[in-house]
Amino acid sequence: MSTARHNPLNSVAAHTALIAYTLIALFPVFVIVINSFKERRAIFREPLALPDAESFSLIGYQTVMKQGNFFLYFQNSFIVTVASLFFILLFGAMAAFALAEYRFRGNMLMGLYLALGIMIPIRIGTVAILQMMVSTGLVNTLWALILVYTAQGLPLAVFILSEFMRQVSDDLKNAGRIDGLSEYKIFFRLVLPLVRPAMATVAVFNMIPIWNDLWFPLILAPAEEVKTLTLGSQVFIGQFVTDWNAVLSALSLAILPVLVLYVIFSRQLIRGITSGAVK
Amino acid sequence: MTALKLDRVTKSFGRIQVLHDIDLEVEEGEFVVFVGPSGCGKSTLLRVIAGLEDATSGRVEIGGAEVTRTPPAKRGIAMVFQSYALYPHLDVRGNMALGLKQEGQPKAVIEERIAEAARMLELQPYLDRRPSDLSGGQRQRVAIGRAVTRQPQLFLFDEPLSNLDAALRMNTRIEIAQLHRALGASMIYVTHDQTEAMTLADRIVVLRAGRIEQVGAPMELYNNPANRFVAGFLGAPSMNFLAPVTEAPEGAVLGIRPEHLRPEAEGPIRGRITHVEQLGGDTNIVVDTRTGEQATIRMFGQHRARVGEEIAMGFDPAHGFLFDAEGRRLA
Repeated sequence: MSTARHNPLNSVAAHTALIAYTLIALFPVFVIVINSFKERRAIFREPLALPDAESFSLIGYQTVMKQGNFFLYFQNSFIVTVASLFFILLFGAMAAFALAEYRFRGNMLMGLYLALGIMIPIRIGTVAILQMMVSTGLVNTLWALILVYTAQGLPLAVFILSEFMRQVSDDLKNAGRIDGLSEYKIFFRLVLPLVRPAMATVAVFNMIPIWNDLWFPLILAPAEEVKTLTLGSQVFIGQFVTDWNAVLSALSLAILPVLVLYVIFSRQLIRGITSGAVK
Repeated sequence: MTALKLDRVTKSFGRIQVLHDIDLEVEEGEFVVFVGPSGCGKSTLLRVIAGLEDATSGRVEIGGAEVTRTPPAKRGIAMVFQSYALYPHLDVRGNMALGLKQEGQPKAVIEERIAEAARMLELQPYLDRRPSDLSGGQRQRVAIGRAVTRQPQLFLFDEPLSNLDAALRMNTRIEIAQLHRALGASMIYVTHDQTEAMTLADRIVVLRAGRIEQVGAPMELYNNPANRFVAGFLGAPSMNFLAPVTEAPEGAVLGIRPEHLRPEAEGPIRGRITHVEQLGGDTNIVVDTRTGEQATIRMFGQHRARVGEEIAMGFDPAHGFLFDAEGRRLA
């Protein structure tokens, strides 16, 4: 895709708009990070000032580290996010492949049924989910969160991926069938690599809400050993006193892993290996 | 031995029937071309033979064994697709090896067959390249090579030249013909291009609306079409259909090929020239006849003709065909 005409004015205008948007989007993050390195009074006196020799302080980070369980929270969040993404992508892609590839009775209805979840927030079912988790004994386990997040992410994943899978050349799949590849091999070896950009999109869309979620960890897994990072950070926010240094430090730290995951997935977003497969 | 036998094969998608009672036998080593306008069911028929679609009823036999319900990989076939359908994540060697690996062939055999196919199709320099690094013609040769390495009982080609440009199409066409001679293999080839059909086929199967209209050698179909559809489909420019010039039943139509018409001062067909195509070797003259049809005359060599001139045409009655109102052949 190359643009035929290069109008420098257009290019400047486009970049100005993009840079402006980037600044707006990054500003809150920036404020959080700079303030996490300041002492408490400096945060309130001059929230927008950069930390200088006088106001610089690592007290927030020290509090967070002293809290002890912080690394455990990190680990919990990470396990829940990665496992949920894995299951969303695996089951979502499989369901999408079946819907896109096979003609069977009720295909359309099944597709609509699976997409219905996009419109109905899963939180409506919180009470029922909690009862279910209690009776299955999954309360206060990471599995409770992983299962709920997988269910929450599947509808959109199926919806997006089935659209992309319809675009994968039928000839390619048929060539695989004639060469004796099983349907599973066709799915994993031919189709999945070609819809990788779509998978990355789905992963990014799902990752952030899962990482940031407070609702389900609070209800389904509030025990100390399964607390997620977002829930763990709440100890610093009290009804009367809030340890802002610690909150901001915890939030700054929480950004890092998501950033890493995003970088991994965004490489896939950009890269497409479809060229050369057909035509 | 028969390479392929179809026995009353039908195919329906829901309530729509796309193939009606197809009966066909392909002899060992024969090159058979399915030709017809788009939507005539020729690709569906090929997919039924390949096993990519199940026949709704009827029997399919390949190499004497019934395969009606056999999965594609176990039918002893190989297929070349219009869009090449190369595996994008494998290099040329890997593309050609995959089917053999799935069959469980030993490594030495795989290597040998790839080398043989690469030599035949002049693919040796490209064996380690990915499909995305190849040109369209090279990709189609790899796709053909992938089919050759399988050593199938039956080759299936699904419009393999449609994505190539005109010059490449002719070269690849010749290559496929040479391949057929070299391998002596049975091949079925689907196309909508009547030139490909005429030049490649031992036998042509003309399909329309899911039915076989006529089966025969190219010249047989050309010289002796069973009906107006076959007569009009084969040959370029296509046959002229004019009002009969002699005694004929009500509604009958005279069919005469452009090369059999010639200018004749006292000819029975008269009209005005509306267009002249000078091709150097040939001259095509398009005429609006007095009876309101359009006729094309094809003459060898270069001829002078001017748009707007009156012209009279005649033909040897031996070359004329007569069709009834339903398109059936009368004479």
